[in-house]
Amino acid sequence: METSTPVIFEERENQIHRKGESPFNIDCNRDSLAGAISQRACVFCGSRVVLYPIADALHLVHGPIGCAVYTWDIRGALSSGPELHRLSFSTDLQEKDVIFGGEKKLYKALNELIDLHGPKAAFVYSTCIVGIIGDDLEAVCRKVSAEKKIPVIPVQSEGLKGNKREGYNAACKALFRLVGTGETDNISPYSLNILGDFNLAGEIWLIRDYFKRMGVEVVANITGDGRIADIKRAHGAKLNVVQCSGSTMDLANMMEETYGIPHIRVSYFGVEDMAQALYDVANYFGDSQMIEKTKELVKDELKVLYPELKKYKKALEGKKAAIYVGGSFKAFSLVKALRHLGMKVVMVGSQTGTKEDYAELEQITDPGTIIVDDTNPLELSQFIKEKGVDLFIGGVKERPIAYKLGVGFCDHNHERKIGLEGFEGMLNFAKEVYNTVMSPVWRFVPRNTTGDVKNV
Amino acid sequence: MLLKHTTDEIKERNALSVNPAKTCQPIGAMYAALGIHGCLPHSHGSQGCYAYHRSALTRHYKEPVIAATSAFTEGASVFGGQANLLQSIDNIFTVYNPAVIAVHTTCLSETIGDDLPQIINKARTEGKIPEGKYVIHTNTPSYVGSHVTGFSNMTRAMVDYFSEYNGSKNKIVNLIPGFVEPSDMEEMKRLAAAMGIKTIMFPDTSKVLNGPMTGKYKMFPDGGVTIEELKMTGSSIGTIALGPFASGAAAKALDVKCKVRCEILDLPIGLHATDAFIDQLRCMANVNVPDSINFERGQMLDIIADMHQYFYGKRVGLVGDPDQILALAKFLVSIDMQPVYMVTGTPAGKKFEQDLREITAEVPGEVKIKVPGDMFLFHQWIKNEPVDLLIGNTYVKYIARDEDIPFIRHGFPILDRVGHSYFPTVGYRGGMRLLEKILNALLDRKDRDATDIEFELVM
Ligand code: SF4
Ligand code: SF4
Repeated sequence: METSTPVIFEERENQIHRKGESPFNIDCNRDSLAGAISQRACVFCGSRVVLYPIADALHLVHGPIGCAVYTWDIRGALSSGPELHRLSFSTDLQEKDVIFGGEKKLYKALNELIDLHGPKAAFVYSTCIVGIIGDDLEAVCRKVSAEKKIPVIPVQSEGLKGNKREGYNAACKALFRLVGTGETDNISPYSLNILGDFNLAGEIWLIRDYFKRMGVEVVANITGDGRIADIKRAHGAKLNVVQCSGSTMDLANMMEETYGIPHIRVSYFGVEDMAQALYDVANYFGDSQMIEKTKELVKDELKVLYPELKKYKKALEGKKAAIYVGGSFKAFSLVKALRHLGMKVVMVGSQTGTKEDYAELEQITDPGTIIVDDTNPLELSQFIKEKGVDLFIGGVKERPIAYKLGVGFCDHNHERKIGLEGFEGMLNFAKEVYNTVMSPVWRFVPRNTTGDVKNV
Repeated sequence: MLLKHTTDEIKERNALSVNPAKTCQPIGAMYAALGIHGCLPHSHGSQGCYAYHRSALTRHYKEPVIAATSAFTEGASVFGGQANLLQSIDNIFTVYNPAVIAVHTTCLSETIGDDLPQIINKARTEGKIPEGKYVIHTNTPSYVGSHVTGFSNMTRAMVDYFSEYNGSKNKIVNLIPGFVEPSDMEEMKRLAAAMGIKTIMFPDTSKVLNGPMTGKYKMFPDGGVTIEELKMTGSSIGTIALGPFASGAAAKALDVKCKVRCEILDLPIGLHATDAFIDQLRCMANVNVPDSINFERGQMLDIIADMHQYFYGKRVGLVGDPDQILALAKFLVSIDMQPVYMVTGTPAGKKFEQDLREITAEVPGEVKIKVPGDMFLFHQWIKNEPVDLLIGNTYVKYIARDEDIPFIRHGFPILDRVGHSYFPTVGYRGGMRLLEKILNALLDRKDRDATDIEFELVM
């Protein structure tokens, strides 16, 4: 069945804004409409995403089997050492547990697993059903923690409490219980924690290297390639550098309140934002030598990058892009990065953006751009067709829709396989965008028999 | 060594599952529901589960997967999800206009005890379900069974809601294909058609989850069994259910409801199981098997004969769903291979385990079977004594890599290869493909490991 008229839920009208057509007043952070084919996920998903990259911890999902299976190693958060985070542990609740409670089972499972794997800490994720049957996670964790002498931390991530954003918050609370429990000797006055980077495709290693070249010590990765011992001493760092608006902001705030550690918000995507991130850090420490080194670093990197980028820009000039990502902070960088490639963003949206985020997006986009909160496949395909999009940037559920429509796609979500952060990442991004947008396969699309293809 | 945390010392575990060999009911129900034409699967629960199910199916099929959710919040868990579902139904028919909404529950709505038939009735009396449209349901708590159970439940719901006897028998055979690929469903239909038999297949995800690229996004693709056909199933001469675990319940329900006799067979994987399927079709429809099918059978047999020396004595580890494991084990034994380790996450029961024991009675050495079991245990067995070949879903690849064992992807989910949705492994042709896969895996390994002296051109 095909729909030619725009299909928009009346209730959703205010969650869609067309720049220049009406005063900006987008509605967001609403619960998804019952019956909508939302692309959103749950609290548990949010918590899992944030904590999962901590590689030397045990991650036990307390609930029925599904919640654990669907989060089993589906994200490429790389570890340079232990791989415990890539296994799937579930209490696999059965009917009798649901009736009589799952605490005993949880206690046993924790014991067995800790004995077997000797993790540095354990995270126990609560799922919807655990919230309903009322297991006292806190008590079980306390008991096991006392017996096994490692931190055992409950994550209050019952899915139904909201969307991913609440999950980020639950994860931050769990992390905060670790922070402040380690020694902080021998930490440099020029030191920071990296927050909100998950080391997809090894990206955090690149960022760490930049900081190293500037003479800055990274105390803890939170959480990409993360280690429990580092997180425990994260309060010894002098600065928190927070990427990805939603996920670890709460932790930064908590650390600021309790330990007086200030934070800056950064993005490692795109040329300007990456450079800005490094300058902000250097300026924060105010060390003239460091500032010099940073300038040097950026200059070196750009010297290599710019000539390369130009090739792609020539081909991509004027092409149209649509963006639909989880958090909207990422969208800012993407809009800018695409502009660098000469492309026009005609639609941008996110699952969980805030009003301020959307306001900022409306600032930096061109008139006519569609700004949308919590959309669905029908709307998406409408927008793509209406705007004649050449490139879609999104996640797993959007990919096949783009392909069916014969539109190039770039995964900017947690499933990406190529590092997109940093200066190097910008080049990767350009290559990926170029390869998909200019791919000859789109010439086979029935509605699109012309069109220019690769020539670089 | 990704699974370096797997120890070879095996301890009894009973409080948890490590690297599970199953997933939860709703995804099976969602998959089955996608096999009805114009159907929007609906997850009654909070939106996380449904997002996961859609993502998992999307990854497996590389196709857009649609479904809706009641989007529970905390309020719903206190007051019940009735208001959410009513609003959903209303919204969905207004905006997406499907032919039918197939509702399944989640652990959450099961635990709070929502009464779906009552809510659906209320929707009907309140006029939220337009004339000629339908809302059907099934219960899919994941703390019971597995994704296979969910598939079975939704398939059965199709019978419960639609099948009716219209007073006279049609010369039609119902086919319930089991939790298999769209390509497998297509192949079963092709075989029946080649015998001149009219069939109704339900559910039928061919042309839904293996559709073409057209430059258009179709929310409701062309394939799927229609409501009209589902109604007619009550007047068919018989039902062939393939795979007792995924298809048995619906077949029996149809027998009870409309007196349509049913035959429950193994999935037609391998020579004997396909023979049984063809033979049953022949008997039920009272037709002759055409030469073309005999020819295919002969071709499959030919491959087995030509290459039998490579199958002999090879030890195989199987992970998968009960229907698949049973059929595969029989097939492997029939070509002289040795399925020595078998694990399914689905709690398939003692009888199933016994059946597997009988099938493998002649296999030398100890045959290890765990029902329900997980991949951690499976891996531990292999560490203690390796096998020559692994067959299972994508997650088995960790073990294959760590232990350096040839591996064939089969079952659900396959997240890292294409082909499964286009090329069947059922029927004689599917059997030929399976044989080819097995041979490729074994012979590639032989080539790789051969010394220069042993390395052979002709094999
Ligand atoms: S709560 Fe139940 S239905 Fe939802 S993902 Fe978990 S196991 Fe599956
Ligand atoms: S919504 Fe609840 S039950 Fe479903 S996946 Fe999320 S935590 Fe699990």
